[in-house]
Amino acid sequence: MVTKFKTTIAALAASTILATSAFAGELVINTDTSDPAPKAAFEQLIADFEAANPDITVKWNLFDHEGYKTSIRNFLTADAPDLANWYAGNRMLPYVNAGLFEDVSDVWEDNGLNDSLASAAGSMTIDGKKWGVPYTYYQWGVYYRKDIFEANNIEVPTNWDEFKAAGATLTAAGVTPITIGTKYLWTAGGVFDYLNLRTNGYDFHMALTKGEVEWTDPRVVETMNNWKQLIDAGFFLENHTSYSWQEALAPMVAGDAAMYVMGNFAVAPLREAGLTDDQLGFFQFPVINPDVPLAEEAPTDTLHIPANATNKEDAKKFLAFLASAEAQTKINEVLGQLPINKDSTVGDDKFLQAGYTMLSTTDGGIAQFFDRDAPAEMAKIGMEGFQEFMVKPDRLDAILARLEKTRLRVYK
Amino acid sequence: MSASRASRFNQRSLAPVLFLAPAILFFMFYVIFPIFQSMQISLYDWDGLGDKTFVGMDNYVELMDDEAFYTSLKNNVIWLVLYMLAIPAGLFIALFLNQTVFGMRLYKSLFFFPFVISQVVVGLVFTWFYDPSFGLLNVILGWFGLGPVTILGDETWVTYGIIFAGLWPQTAYCMILYITGLNAVDPEQIEAGRLDNAKGWNMLWYIILPQLKPATFIAIVVTVIGALRSFDLVSIMTAGGPWGSSRVLAYYMYEKAFSEYGFRMGYGAAIAVVLFLIMMIYITVFLVKMYRDEKGH
Amino acid sequence: MFPTPIERRSLALQRLYKTALPFAMILWLLPLIAVALTSIRSAGDITAGNYWGWPTSFNLVQNYSDIFTNTPLGNYMWNSVRVTIPTVIGTLALSCMSGFALAVYKFKGNMLVFFMFVAGNFVPFQILMVPVRDLTLQMGIYNTITGLALFHIAFQTGFCTLFMRNFIRSLPVELIEAARVEGVKEWRIFWFIILPLMRPAIAALAVLIFTFIWNDYFWATVLTQGAESQPVTAGLYSLNGQWVAAWHLVSAGSIVAALPPVAIFFLLQKHFIAGLTLGAVK
Repeated sequence: MVTKFKTTIAALAASTILATSAFAGELVINTDTSDPAPKAAFEQLIADFEAANPDITVKWNLFDHEGYKTSIRNFLTADAPDLANWYAGNRMLPYVNAGLFEDVSDVWEDNGLNDSLASAAGSMTIDGKKWGVPYTYYQWGVYYRKDIFEANNIEVPTNWDEFKAAGATLTAAGVTPITIGTKYLWTAGGVFDYLNLRTNGYDFHMALTKGEVEWTDPRVVETMNNWKQLIDAGFFLENHTSYSWQEALAPMVAGDAAMYVMGNFAVAPLREAGLTDDQLGFFQFPVINPDVPLAEEAPTDTLHIPANATNKEDAKKFLAFLASAEAQTKINEVLGQLPINKDSTVGDDKFLQAGYTMLSTTDGGIAQFFDRDAPAEMAKIGMEGFQEFMVKPDRLDAILARLEKTRLRVYK
Repeated sequence: MSASRASRFNQRSLAPVLFLAPAILFFMFYVIFPIFQSMQISLYDWDGLGDKTFVGMDNYVELMDDEAFYTSLKNNVIWLVLYMLAIPAGLFIALFLNQTVFGMRLYKSLFFFPFVISQVVVGLVFTWFYDPSFGLLNVILGWFGLGPVTILGDETWVTYGIIFAGLWPQTAYCMILYITGLNAVDPEQIEAGRLDNAKGWNMLWYIILPQLKPATFIAIVVTVIGALRSFDLVSIMTAGGPWGSSRVLAYYMYEKAFSEYGFRMGYGAAIAVVLFLIMMIYITVFLVKMYRDEKGH
Repeated sequence: MFPTPIERRSLALQRLYKTALPFAMILWLLPLIAVALTSIRSAGDITAGNYWGWPTSFNLVQNYSDIFTNTPLGNYMWNSVRVTIPTVIGTLALSCMSGFALAVYKFKGNMLVFFMFVAGNFVPFQILMVPVRDLTLQMGIYNTITGLALFHIAFQTGFCTLFMRNFIRSLPVELIEAARVEGVKEWRIFWFIILPLMRPAIAALAVLIFTFIWNDYFWATVLTQGAESQPVTAGLYSLNGQWVAAWHLVSAGSIVAALPPVAIFFLLQKHFIAGLTLGAVK
C-alpha cells in the first residue's frame, strides 16, 4: 500500500513538472480580453508578433473580464506569466508597490517611447519609473439611438436642461432614456464620474478619489442630487442590478432604450447586434455646471511584465513591438479604440474620430475611471453605494456616511 | 515463545501508528494546523504579500462595527432557518415515492438527480430561471398578469432566491436519506400500529418518524453544514450583490481576503473564525451524540 | 411499508398516483429540462428572445462542437479528471488504513483521533482558505493539479475515515482474532482479510468522492486559475463570463460539465446511495 501511495505521489509530481515548466522561447501572456473584438485584436497582435519573431512561441491564457480582477493578484504572486494586461494610474499602484510589476523604463528608453507614447507617460510613471506599456485608450460619453431621437424630434442635448427634457420626451414615448447594467458595479461608477466631473470639475473629482475630500461634502451631495433628478424621472433601465453591461445592450438594440453612458468598446457589440451607423450616434456628456471646464473620461489599457516572469527578455521584445506605431494602429482598428502612439493612424471610423477630436481638444482634464482613480477598496464600496443609490435614492445620507467611514480607513 | 509474543505485542502497538500516520500527517498539515494559523492571522493586518503587522483584536473590533458583517450574519441565519425546509420537503417526496409501481427506480434516481450536479450548474440554471426579462419564472408570472420581478437584483428577495435554488439539491439529498430510512422501517410495528387504528398523520408521527430518527439526524447535520458553507451559489448567482445584500459570511470572507478590492487576509481570517465558532456549536453537538452512541455500544 | 402501498388503495387513487408521478417529475426537473432544450437552440433564437417557444432549428451538433472547439472546455474537463482520479485513489488509500487502525486497535487516544477526523470534516472551508493557499504557494504547487489534489485528499480523508472505521467495525471481529491466533502479521490481516471485505465500502466511497471532488468549486477557485489547471466547475464559471447572453452555449457547457458525475451516478447508483447512507446513518 505504501509503495502504491508513493507511486501516486511520484505520478502527481511528474504531472506538475509538465504543467509548470516553461520552455525557452515560449512567451506566456495572460489577458482578460474575452469579448469578441478585444479577443480578435489580441489574436491578430500575437500572430503578427510570432510572424516577426519566428523563434518565439506565444502561449496565451484568456480570462473572463470580471474574474481576471481576482486572478491577477494570484498569478502575479504565484505563477506569473511573462506578460499581463492591466490598467494605468492608481489601479496599478498596489502591484507596483508590492514589487509585482517589473520596471520597464529601459523599454521606453531604448525604443523612444518617451516621445511616441508621451501622452500616456504620466499615467505609467510611478517614482520616476515606467511600469508598463499602454496600447489603447478610449473615450467615454453618451452613445445613443439616432433614429429614436429623430423619431421623437429630439436634438442632441448639450446642457443639463436639454438632457432632462430629452429624457422626459423619451419616457413619454415609452422609451427608457438610459440603459445600464450594474450587476458588476463599475457601470454605475462611470455615471457617477461624469455627473461629478460636470458638477464639480476635474480637480474636485481627483481630490475626491484621492481621499482628500469628505464624502459627506455638500459638493458630493450636489452631484448625487443631480443624479437623483434622473433617477426620479425614470431615466435608467429597470432591474439594472440584474444585468451585466453586455446584457444591458439588448434594450438599446431592441429600441426600448435610447442612450448608454459607456466607453467606446460598446460600439463593436452594438454593431454586431445589427445597429447601423445611421442608427447609432455619440455625443459628449452634456454640461451641468457651465462654470466648470469639460473634463472627460478616457481609461488607458496597458500591458505589464510581472516581476516573477521567467522570460523577461522576450516579454520586452513584445512590449517594444506593441508600442510601435504600426502595431498600435492595427490593434486599435480591431478594438475600435484609440492608439497611444502619436505616429499611429486613428481609424476613420466616425466614433473614433469623434472621440479623438473630443479628447485632444478637452481642456478640463482626463480622468481614468472611478475604479482606476480611487484605491481598490474605496472603489468597491463606493460603486456598491452608487448601485444602491440608483435603486434606493432615499438612502443617500446613509450611503455617503458609509463611504466616508471607508475613506477614513482606506486612506489612513 | 516469549520472544515471539513480545514481538507480536510490539507489532500490535506499532501497527496502529503506522496505519494512521499518513492520514494523520495529511490531515494535521492541511486541516488542523491551518485552523490555528487562521486564528493567528486574524490578529494581524496582512495583505498576503508584505509583512504582517500585529494589531491584536483590531480586526474583531472593526468587525463589530461593520454593516456588511451584520448583513452577512443575518443572511447566514436566514440560510440556516430556511435551509431546514429541505428536511420536511425531502421526507414528503420520500413518502410520495415510497411505492413499488413500475419504473419507480428510475423515478427515484431522477428525483435525486439535482444533488449529483455541481452547484455551479445549479447556480447558472437558477440565475437564468430568475432573469427579469426572459426567465421562466417571469414568463409564468406573466401568465397570471404578474411581474416581472427581479429576484436577484432586489435586496428583499435575493437571499430567498438563492436559498430556493440551494433547496433544490438539498431536498434531493434529504429525500434519499429518508427513502433509505423508510426501507428499514420495521413492518411489524406498522402492522401493529394499523391494528391500533393508527392512520396517516398519527402513524407517521408516532410510529414512522421515531424510527427515522437516524436519518433525520444526518439530514439535520448535512443541512446545517450545507447552509453554513453556502458559498458556491452566492458567488455564482450574485457575487454578493446587489450592493452586498446577499452576502453570507463564507462569501464575505472570500471577498475580503481574495478579491481585488480586499486582500485583507487578517480581516478575512477574523470573519472565518467567527464562522468557525458558529459551526463549532454544531460540531460539538454532533460529537457529543456520537460519543454517547459509541459508549452505548 | 409506509405509506400504504398504492396497490391496496382504490383504483381511482392508483390512477391519480400514476398520472401525478410523471407530472411531479417534470416539475421537479423543469430547470434542467429547460437547460437541455436551450443547449440545442440556435444563437438566432436567443437573440430573438425565443427562449421558451419551440426551437426554430436544432443545433445539437453545432452547439456542442462549438464549446469544444472555440473554448478550452475540453481542457477544463481533462483537468477535472486529473484532479478527481488521484484524489479518489489517494483518499481511499489513506482512509482504508486509518479506518482500519481506528476500528481494530484499542489504544490510548483512539477516540480522540477519531473525533479529530470527524470534527475536521465539518469545519467551514473558509477557515482553511488563507493558510492552505499560502502553504500551497510556498510548496510551489499553487495553480497545479497536484496542489489541488493533495488538499482534497487531506480533507476528504476526514469523512472517509469516519465511514471506513464504522464499516470495519460492522465486520465480524472473530475473523481478526482467528488470524492473530494463527500468527498472521498485522499488515497481512489488513491486506488479505479486511481489505477484500471492504470492497463495497470502497466502491461506495469512490463514487461519492468522485462526485464531491468533480463538483468542487470553492477550492478550484482558491488554488487554481486559468485553463491550464482549472477544473470544469471553475472553468464553466469563467466561460460564463465570456459567453455573455450566449445562453445556448452556457447550457451546453453546463450539461457537459454535469455529465460525468451523472453518468457515474446512474451506472453505480447502488454504491452511491449506500455511500450516502451507510456510513453516516449508522
